[in-house]
Amino acid sequence: MRLIEFWLNHRNEFLAALTQHLLLVILSTGVAVIIGIPFGIIASRHKRLGQTLLGLASIVQTIPSLAMFGFLIPLPFIGGIGVKAALIVLILYALLPVIQTTLSGIRGIDPVIREAGLALGMTDWQLLFQVELPLALNSIFTGIRVATVVGVGTATIAAGIGAGGLGEYIFRGIASVDNVVILAGAIPAALLALGADFLLGSFAKNLAPERRQAKKPILIIASTAIAIALTIIVALRFGNQSKENLIVIGGKGFTEQFILGELIAQTIERNTSLTVIRKLDLGDTLICETAINSGEIDAYVEYTGTAFTTVFKQPIINDSNEILRRVSESYAATGRVMLPPLGFNNTFAILVRGAEARKLGLRTISEAAVHSPKWQAGFGPAFLDREDGYRGLVQAYGLRFAQAPKAMNLALTYRGLADGQLDLIAGDSTNGLIDKLDLFMLEDDRKYFPPYQAVPILRKETLQRQPQLKTVIEKLAGKISEKEMRQMNYAADVEHQDPAAIARNFLNQHPEIGNPK
Amino acid sequence: MSLVIEFDEVSYRYSSGTPVLDNFSLTIESGETLALVGRSGMGKSTILKLINRLLVPEAGIVRVDGRATNDWDAIHLRRHVGYILQEVGLFPHLTVAQNIGIVPKLENWQKPKIDQRVEEMLGLVGLESKIFRDRFPRELSGGQRQRVGVARALAADPPILLMDEPFGALDPLTRVELHREFQNIQSQLRKTIVLVTHDMNEAFALGTKIGVLANGKLAALETPQQIVKSDNPEVTIFLNALSGIPFSDNSNLNSRN
Repeated sequence: MRLIEFWLNHRNEFLAALTQHLLLVILSTGVAVIIGIPFGIIASRHKRLGQTLLGLASIVQTIPSLAMFGFLIPLPFIGGIGVKAALIVLILYALLPVIQTTLSGIRGIDPVIREAGLALGMTDWQLLFQVELPLALNSIFTGIRVATVVGVGTATIAAGIGAGGLGEYIFRGIASVDNVVILAGAIPAALLALGADFLLGSFAKNLAPERRQAKKPILIIASTAIAIALTIIVALRFGNQSKENLIVIGGKGFTEQFILGELIAQTIERNTSLTVIRKLDLGDTLICETAINSGEIDAYVEYTGTAFTTVFKQPIINDSNEILRRVSESYAATGRVMLPPLGFNNTFAILVRGAEARKLGLRTISEAAVHSPKWQAGFGPAFLDREDGYRGLVQAYGLRFAQAPKAMNLALTYRGLADGQLDLIAGDSTNGLIDKLDLFMLEDDRKYFPPYQAVPILRKETLQRQPQLKTVIEKLAGKISEKEMRQMNYAADVEHQDPAAIARNFLNQHPEIGNPK
Repeated sequence: MSLVIEFDEVSYRYSSGTPVLDNFSLTIESGETLALVGRSGMGKSTILKLINRLLVPEAGIVRVDGRATNDWDAIHLRRHVGYILQEVGLFPHLTVAQNIGIVPKLENWQKPKIDQRVEEMLGLVGLESKIFRDRFPRELSGGQRQRVGVARALAADPPILLMDEPFGALDPLTRVELHREFQNIQSQLRKTIVLVTHDMNEAFALGTKIGVLANGKLAALETPQQIVKSDNPEVTIFLNALSGIPFSDNSNLNSRN
């Protein structure tokens, strides 16, 4: 089984992802319980306030989690990328079940019991802690259980904003069209959800009144011990790293970006004593742009054409030197430094099935325009959206399609094309899947697409702090040809090699860049 | 004998606006057991809740030990006044012993003292400690539950006891048995008791005085010996119910009305 092999080969990484996943869920559910139970209590005492709180929590619940992560990125303090933002989203989702069950647990208590408590001379606090909360405990526990199970699921999506966890495999698997990698994340996530449900369920049974007496001290000691242990782990994980010697490398979450991110990270590790953190699955250009502006990441690899049109909103030009110069100036003017290109050009590749191209004798996009009215096209959302994408392409070549193009995950369009569900897609010219799936790249004979040279982008503040980074990363300048990039992508997408291992092999063949320590 | 509870021209209406008590006056002396009878909705329970300040009067003054209830600290007042309800209201998550010991615990008694008091109370209400102290309310019969309710109300030795149809939900045999035990307990403790019931048998069995409520006022307040001679129509309704069916069940009384 390739799946078990994958887990064994990535043992340490997998365990780290699993731990991270658990930490995200436990921390977020814990905080939600700490906030949610008091909210539920308040709601049980002030009807109108209670309805407002419940209403707000229900609205939050209806926001799709992916959208919620998106909303949070640009917000100051609570937003951004990484663990903090992920925890905020997870806490927000966990709040509703906790508030709701606390409220219904307290409301469900027989009014006679409350009256008896008051008549015996209990204060409101005594009534709450000695009568209402103990009686609502089972209901509250159901809420915690629901919140935990939902949290396990939602936390997989947190990988999309660099919070790690099992979702990392799911995203990586989708990016490289590899079901084994998807399952490597999805199966343990599902088992985790089932396990949490079972564990909390049997825990709740012990809370039944007649058993509670005997087990109470053990429960309290056990949960306190767990809480302390977790706090220590979290403190060690997040507290122990001094910001001074920390470099965070970002990436846009597709195969090539994983490899380039690793190349940059390992080059830094080979040449300096800095600690490098990788946040390579940040989703897309604008997330990376926001992240480098806010200082969440220190560097990532951008493509000149993308920077020119998407980041700096300039109309398309095709002169690669002119673009390089202007992008460099724009970055310099906005607190970033663009380093010399790594060598290759990852332009858009308009792809059709190889068999189709051979049958029709197609070579260029112009020739394909004759056949396109019978075709179904499919593109990633970014391509449909961007200035240098779909709209301009259609105009430049007079392309027409059978129906409006399908918007779907970029990585899935390759599979869609190979399977015959799509007939034309816009991929990356360095993508290893082009060879694997026997796809044919049509020539951009009208030179519509601007050049997309890969360039490392750094925060100016980071360079002021660690000036040696410039010369270190510049060692990679011009070192990666288009062919080499395509081979490395192939190694990842087709041969399922680890991006870190691929980067290591590449650097080992180029000792002038730096030797491993 | 000194006055313990006093209603001075008290008016009260339900939150729906229906008046319940209208310029209602009543005095209860120390050591007396006042049995208040009246039809449903006549404000019997309201009178009890006005005494322990679960409710506050709209007009007039309720005094306990000569002090207006509004001038009492509500918590202090309620621990000074025991309360027993028909539904009992035992805490389902606590054992019998914990239920009985709840007020002593709230009063910060030492644990050995609480334990000793719980034993005493169980003995007083006739429940074998070894069998019952660690049971949960759901494991008790209705009569046993009400005994625990009585024990809980008496645990901190309050001088005043309010009883809201305490034996109304029990079967007739159990009820008569509890009446006897109640008389027995009261002969030992000499509490000031206000008992609310719509069962005239119970009023005669337990009351040293009987008050009849009608139309927001006290129609009569007499000793049992005097009340049987009354020709007040509000009183005779209840007496008729009594004469036909001794130790009658409540439903019989209701169908008469």
